[in-house]
Amino acid sequence: MQLKKLFIINFLKYNMYIRATGNISAQKTFGHPPFLTEPVAYPGNRLACIEPDYKEFIDVKQIRRMSRIIRMGVAAAMECLQEGGVKTPGAIVTGTAYGCLEDTGVFLTKMVEFNEELLTPTAFIQSTHNTIGAQIGLMLQCNNYNNAFVHRGFSFESALLDGMMLLKENEVSNVLVGAIDEITNTSHAILSRMGLYKQESSSSLDIFRSGTKGTVAGEGATFFLLANEPSATDYAKLDGLKTFYKPEGIKEIQGHILFFLDKHSLSLNDIDLVITGRNGNAGSDKIFNELEKNIFKDKKTVNYKNLSGEYPTATAFALWLAANIARSGKVPPVLEYAGQKETAVKKILIYNHYQHIHHSLLLVSAC
Amino acid sequence: MSDLKTQIIAQLNLQDVKPEDIGDDQPLFVEGLGLDSIDALELIVLLQQNYKIKLSNADEGPKVFYSVRTMAEYITAHQAQKV
Amino acid sequence: MNQPVFVAGTGIISAIGKNVAECLDALENSRAGMAHMHWFDSIHRDRLPVAEVKIGNDELAALTGLPGTKSRTALLSMVAAKEALADAGIENLQSLRTGFISANSVGGMDKTERFFTEFFRDNTKGRLRDVVNHECGSVSELVADKLGIKDYITTISTACSSSANSIFFGARLIKNNILDVVVAGGTDSLTKFTLNGFNTLMILDEQSCQPFDENRRGLNLGEGAGYIVLVSEKVAASLKKKPTVTLSGYCNANDAYHQTASSPDGTGSFLAMSGALKKSGLEPGDIDYINLHGTGTQNNDIAEGTAIKRLFDPHYPKMSSTKTFTGHTLGASGGIEAVFSVLSLQHGIIYPNLRLKTPMKDLPFTVETEFKNNIEVKHVLSNSFGFGGNCSSLVFSKLMSG
Repeated sequence: MQLKKLFIINFLKYNMYIRATGNISAQKTFGHPPFLTEPVAYPGNRLACIEPDYKEFIDVKQIRRMSRIIRMGVAAAMECLQEGGVKTPGAIVTGTAYGCLEDTGVFLTKMVEFNEELLTPTAFIQSTHNTIGAQIGLMLQCNNYNNAFVHRGFSFESALLDGMMLLKENEVSNVLVGAIDEITNTSHAILSRMGLYKQESSSSLDIFRSGTKGTVAGEGATFFLLANEPSATDYAKLDGLKTFYKPEGIKEIQGHILFFLDKHSLSLNDIDLVITGRNGNAGSDKIFNELEKNIFKDKKTVNYKNLSGEYPTATAFALWLAANIARSGKVPPVLEYAGQKETAVKKILIYNHYQHIHHSLLLVSAC
Repeated sequence: MSDLKTQIIAQLNLQDVKPEDIGDDQPLFVEGLGLDSIDALELIVLLQQNYKIKLSNADEGPKVFYSVRTMAEYITAHQAQKV
Repeated sequence: MNQPVFVAGTGIISAIGKNVAECLDALENSRAGMAHMHWFDSIHRDRLPVAEVKIGNDELAALTGLPGTKSRTALLSMVAAKEALADAGIENLQSLRTGFISANSVGGMDKTERFFTEFFRDNTKGRLRDVVNHECGSVSELVADKLGIKDYITTISTACSSSANSIFFGARLIKNNILDVVVAGGTDSLTKFTLNGFNTLMILDEQSCQPFDENRRGLNLGEGAGYIVLVSEKVAASLKKKPTVTLSGYCNANDAYHQTASSPDGTGSFLAMSGALKKSGLEPGDIDYINLHGTGTQNNDIAEGTAIKRLFDPHYPKMSSTKTFTGHTLGASGGIEAVFSVLSLQHGIIYPNLRLKTPMKDLPFTVETEFKNNIEVKHVLSNSFGFGGNCSSLVFSKLMSG
């Protein structure tokens, strides 16, 4: 593989500001409570979102036609826009790997059960992947750009890239970017059969110590309002994003990481905190072990999937985490960060991979 | 008609609405309950599923589904025909 | 940032042909693709005509080198994407930053449906192999891997505007200097899921559809795939076969009116078309041909028609809906119609809108009813409007040769 091409790809360097967030996750994150002061542990291998009372955000007449994932997405988006003080974002871009599974399952089940008779339209309409973004646009009466990415472990990163390009192109001054994925009984059953999840019973908070196969299932709806001008209340700056697909080995991965930093005129010495996407699956966590023996040898790393669970768009949770850490300068105790007594955390690198296939890097810095 | 109201509430997932809240002659669409074209399609399925009546022309919808009473009258008329 | 993006290659498979040449021939000779279900099976087989690709999965597998057990959506995608790349003839592709931006509406659902027939009764049943490629993105990766593209891959799903969105997302990746070459478009195969879904909305025609006809009854579902290869100016200059068409304009806007119906005055459509024109720096009078979204539903055609009236009155370009040939191919429609738009510019041709008997009386214009060649086509507008009010328009332009 030609070195020149290998490293000059997926590079987008542009200053943008995380103005607001909205996050529904398996932790107490919605409604902007104190930052991860009360972590929630789950037994078994399935985490479930802690959901708000949707009637506070959505008209009852509209709720009736929204399945759970749509409510989650809409509420998280509304919270984000409220915090950002924006009624109509310049664009709405969403990322979801699985789409609206509940509706898909309902329609499919009825279809096979009744042999294609007596089917109703609501589940079908709600199953289309852009429904969440479309519903947000509809509620806001927003005629602006609206897109939906559905590419597995790159769904959120693609949405983020689209939003970043829109800001860079100067077409809009802010964009609403979000990631949404859910687990349903059906999807959990199927993914369990595929061997994704832990079989032993233990607490979700302890998955990194297990050394066993499998991870824990997660879900979430996480939205960001990104702007190309700073404001007094920004969380952090999003400095850069890079994705790479099916790298050939640890050398290539390290190469991507170092080059990414180099393009931002940084070296690993400048990074205060590294957030990695360990998911408790001994097999897929090997990469992080390797990195911690090599380029991350002297870095402090923390992990998040014992809080969010594993799902294709979990990087959004990592970005939410980084944004909050950058704003407060401190790392919450639940992350067991060894470098707490040192200086405030200013520059954060996020590195995640999903099933060895989709790798992403994000650079976040304090404003 | 109160049975019909319960069925409508269930089919359309009208949370927080009780059968007593729906007037017999209250317009179901636009004003009143504020139902829309997708609800009309759901009601077509309701007729078929619960009463075995097929409304094959969607254009008949606005007349048939104007109110609970017009729906009930349509059902009675078409069920009678079957006999 | 304002560098032009060139179209270096096209590839297509649809109900009217397995490749560009076959499709062109059908378009020229008014051979539509809708018929009784043959390869596809459903309880509605005697009632609903569909526009199927006229070959089975085994033959598609032979054309692509992918296993015949894979989702038909992936097989169709591979056929068209492969043709587009071959057409572009980029010799040093391995040294260029190359992306695959695809689109589809329900991923590998044709296989998932089969899985569900056993799974729904007993969740230990059903072959996992059938759901391994269920996700939209998974279908794209099957093709990207086979094509050897790995620098950037993603998938868009915004219902019927999906592949128009993937095309201009690809163009922006080039303009932002992230990629040099992008294979962009979309694919969809017929599934019981979508057929029954549309059936519940009561917008399917039991006869061959008649878009933009006063007495239209609805749409016919189709299947297929369409991709174009977009390249940067630098790559275009290096090619043996010099590109003659650019993607000069694009826009996505949201109707924000209703989940499935379009606003009566066609707000979303109007915003998408006028935005695309603005991006291209063109006036409405510069457009020579509009490839309509034209599904044949009561609602779309009047909304689209009204938007066109608002934007183009009194000078209407020639226009037609090629869905009268291919049916509505959902996630593939933007890509397929982009290919037709590019071919229109390259060959100087205008396609007919088949089966028009009575022009819509509320519109002061009507569609073309005959195939035309030797037309000077300089700028083409292609519309794709989807559920969720997602409206996209693309403008393709002929390079003025100097």
